[in-house]
Amino acid sequence: MSHDMSPATPREILICTVAGLLDGCRCVAVGAASPVPAAGAMLARALRDTAGEPPLRISVLGSEAHNFFTNGSAELFDAAGQGRIDAFFLGGGQIDRHGNINLVGVGDYPRSAPRWPGSFGSGYLYYVVPRVILYREEHSPRVFVEKVDFISTPGTSEPDVYRPGGPYALLTGKALFDFDKDKRGFRLASLHPDHTLEEVTAATGFAFDHDPDPATTPGPDAATLHLLRTRVMDELSETYPAFAAELRARIQTTDRKATA
Amino acid sequence: MSTDVHRLAAQIASGSTVAVPVDYAGVAMAMTRALIEIGTSELTLICVPTGGMQADMLIGAGQVRAVETSAVSLGEAGGAPRFNAAVREGSIALRDATCPAIHAGLMAAQKGVPFMPMRGLIGSDLLRNRPDWTVIDNPTSETPDPIVLIPAIHPDTAIFHAPMADREGNVWIGRRRELASMAYAARQTLVTVERIVDKRLLDDETLAAGTLPGLYVTDIAIAEKGAWPYGLWGEYPTDQEEIARYAKAARSDDGFADYIGANKAEVMA
Repeated sequence: MSHDMSPATPREILICTVAGLLDGCRCVAVGAASPVPAAGAMLARALRDTAGEPPLRISVLGSEAHNFFTNGSAELFDAAGQGRIDAFFLGGGQIDRHGNINLVGVGDYPRSAPRWPGSFGSGYLYYVVPRVILYREEHSPRVFVEKVDFISTPGTSEPDVYRPGGPYALLTGKALFDFDKDKRGFRLASLHPDHTLEEVTAATGFAFDHDPDPATTPGPDAATLHLLRTRVMDELSETYPAFAAELRARIQTTDRKATA
Repeated sequence: MSTDVHRLAAQIASGSTVAVPVDYAGVAMAMTRALIEIGTSELTLICVPTGGMQADMLIGAGQVRAVETSAVSLGEAGGAPRFNAAVREGSIALRDATCPAIHAGLMAAQKGVPFMPMRGLIGSDLLRNRPDWTVIDNPTSETPDPIVLIPAIHPDTAIFHAPMADREGNVWIGRRRELASMAYAARQTLVTVERIVDKRLLDDETLAAGTLPGLYVTDIAIAEKGAWPYGLWGEYPTDQEEIARYAKAARSDDGFADYIGANKAEVMA
């Protein structure tokens, strides 16, 4: 079990951070092609089970083993509309200072270049799911822009618009942010290990609030890391075999470096 | 060469609207190859609620004039190259949506009503680019409450692939209920299946709940591995290598033409 003692990789810290953001949730849904959010949700579920706490229901789109819906692809949206989905994850080709998300493409719509796949369920779920976690590992000025080229879904709405949901946190490869609905902007919550405020400021195309000396994103304790490297990794392999294999390889590389 | 699958594909008229399901819900890929061979043109695709290799191939073959979808992608294999090129060139009309808006439009058609209200969308550029979507003030609310109306979506044809049908034309769709939504809403539904079973599906209570009655099914043909390279639940997994091979080939016009040509040759052989 020597590899269990190797330090957490940056990806593992992200996964553990996701799990922490799901504290208190009863039911979490994860969209397609989202391995880190899926791993975070699976870790949160495993931690609950280990602690003997009430179970966390998770539904991973595209998984057969980790998806309990039986009413087709409309059911997730119906359940969200009923208030049964506490948390969901959204990415974005562009995300701007007000939490607006662009999943459609760059340039003048409709002839976007590059064109990205499209808005998926964002034009609805961002409004009705209370805890939408924005996850985008690439932290660069081309992703985090002052103003998105196309609003797939807006960060905030006018007071008369039905909007129980919205952005709850923004997690990137460099940092974790909160979202302040009243100020319509992000606030730096913590920097991941080995990243600096200067670096994050330079990599972000919009201004954000922060403490003069921001906190560091905490890493997992040994028990959490062990759970992630055993049960969660096995569960993840069903839906994201390539991602799980890569994560395992990284852990071994880190282990070799640590023991060298 | 004519097969049962071609007989089905021939029932889709040029210029008509075709509803197709999401990657994991039984994509009629054998019928897609037949449509490309026949050359059915000027199609409007309704992706329920997203599209993949099927939409990309039909677009690349120049057979699509408009797409209504919440996304088009090849999943793990990346973006949809022919779709992206068509968007760049402006050669297809785009009706960008969000998944539940497509479900809402089908639901309206299913119930025979003109529209379905739905939450979300207000303040988005999706709504701004959809003149067919209307915002009204909720008439049942005492305070201002804007809400979007999605008009009913009536596809001319729904096509999908399923594990089995019986001799009465009942089709087993399991928990993939979006296939039922498509069939309820469409004027005709053409289904390919892995096999036709002698036992009536409705006689088995366990299967009956996941069965689409023949009332909604226009015609059926057997196409073994008919979803390939996509997978079919309970039958076979997605052939990721083949989708990646397509993704690579379809990056260029020539690569795409070669891929389609090789496919045709294989079918003729």
